[in-house]
Amino acid sequence: MTALTNLSNLVLSEVCPAGEAWMCEVKKGQYFRIVDLEGNQAVDTLFISASNPEERYSATDTLAINQQIYLEKGTALYTNFGNKIATIHDDNCGRHDTLGGACSCESNTVRYAHDKYPMHSCRNNYMTALSQHPIAKKHGLNVRHIGPNINFFMNVPVTSDGHLKFDDGISAPGKYVEIQAEMDLIVLISNCPQLNNPCNAYNPTKIQLIIREGEEA
Amino acid sequence: MGDYHNNQVLWTEILPGGHHWSGRIQKGAVLQLKSLGEHANVSLFCVNSDNKLERYNMPDTLKAQHTAYLTTGNILASDLGHAMVSIVKDDHGWNDTFCAPGTVQQIEQQFGRKSFQDARNDMYRSARESLLIEMTKFGLGTQDLSATVNLFSKVAPDDNGNLSYVKSDNTNQVIELRFEMDCLVFLSAAPHALDNGSEYAPADVQLSLFKALPLGNSDVCRDSCPQNQRAFQNNARYYALNLTA
Repeated sequence: MTALTNLSNLVLSEVCPAGEAWMCEVKKGQYFRIVDLEGNQAVDTLFISASNPEERYSATDTLAINQQIYLEKGTALYTNFGNKIATIHDDNCGRHDTLGGACSCESNTVRYAHDKYPMHSCRNNYMTALSQHPIAKKHGLNVRHIGPNINFFMNVPVTSDGHLKFDDGISAPGKYVEIQAEMDLIVLISNCPQLNNPCNAYNPTKIQLIIREGEEA
Repeated sequence: MGDYHNNQVLWTEILPGGHHWSGRIQKGAVLQLKSLGEHANVSLFCVNSDNKLERYNMPDTLKAQHTAYLTTGNILASDLGHAMVSIVKDDHGWNDTFCAPGTVQQIEQQFGRKSFQDARNDMYRSARESLLIEMTKFGLGTQDLSATVNLFSKVAPDDNGNLSYVKSDNTNQVIELRFEMDCLVFLSAAPHALDNGSEYAPADVQLSLFKALPLGNSDVCRDSCPQNQRAFQNNARYYALNLTA
């Protein structure tokens, strides 16, 4: 894909299939890129400190410190301890959500209908990773470490009168976002399998994940 | 007054401005919070008292009800699809959901620092450290503390997503929370994270507990949207044996 053009110092490049969980560790200073290979794919992402998993990305601290709802190029992402965990270094999508959280079987019953419970969900992906992934095991992660996440490539406008909307994505094939890690971090992703709303254009697709060394490396 | 409860106070106490509180509030109780001063904030976090891993979930709450703030007619939803709390009365009209509890750094930056040694019980407290004190009593900690609801505080976005703190006079404003699950409730009356006041002067808040009246044919929160109705149906399953008791 075009996503690899001009990328040097590659550490890792993997593809996560539609609807699956994915984890990695990113060292401080490294760049971590997510590529929306086919377009309009919500990527539910958690960043957790590798040195102390009690410290994690906090949507609410990030919003309060930045006094801004949307995440975009240049946005600093903060933890529940008020520290920078990552900065959005590059982005050609434009805007990302952090209010919509991750879909779950339980919230699907509330939002859509009780018979949606058996459908696959992001929270189930998180639980799969927590129960089985070697990185989750290594750091002793469990459900208590899961907080409100970032939805990269997802468009959730908030109106000035406080109304929350779920709009069609503004992403497209090959759009990417790249963060630079401000501390050693654990990445936990659910490549969102939601089929009940337009967050994935009703067609969940695969994504590419790339880690590369920082320029000084 | 008393539309959602029988108006007989089971207990009442003052939560002094800046102080914190925790306790179990049972399903079927209404917790009334009344601001006794101009400038109140109460940061609230709650978990299911029978399963402390089930907690208030901000995103699930907001997306089910298509709102970025909470007021009369809204519920606080858990991460397991249950209605935890119904906001049956809200004089303030906008309770912030997305600015986290205020931190030590935010309080110090805005108001300076006053330790216990400086000011005894008038020391400056932050909502985050206060909630963690209360949660630690129940074996919960930093990994369990997620987004709070910041009652009596309004933070509004503009069309570009920039947030601003909107000050108002909270004197005698009342918020009533009807509990739909048995919850452990953690409260801090320290200033909001974005409070831009010139002095640390959070209002005292009177807490009063009432017995809720049974839900009528049309309920202000359960029936405000189909999503809330389905959350209440999930509660009915969770408490299935109670239905036949």
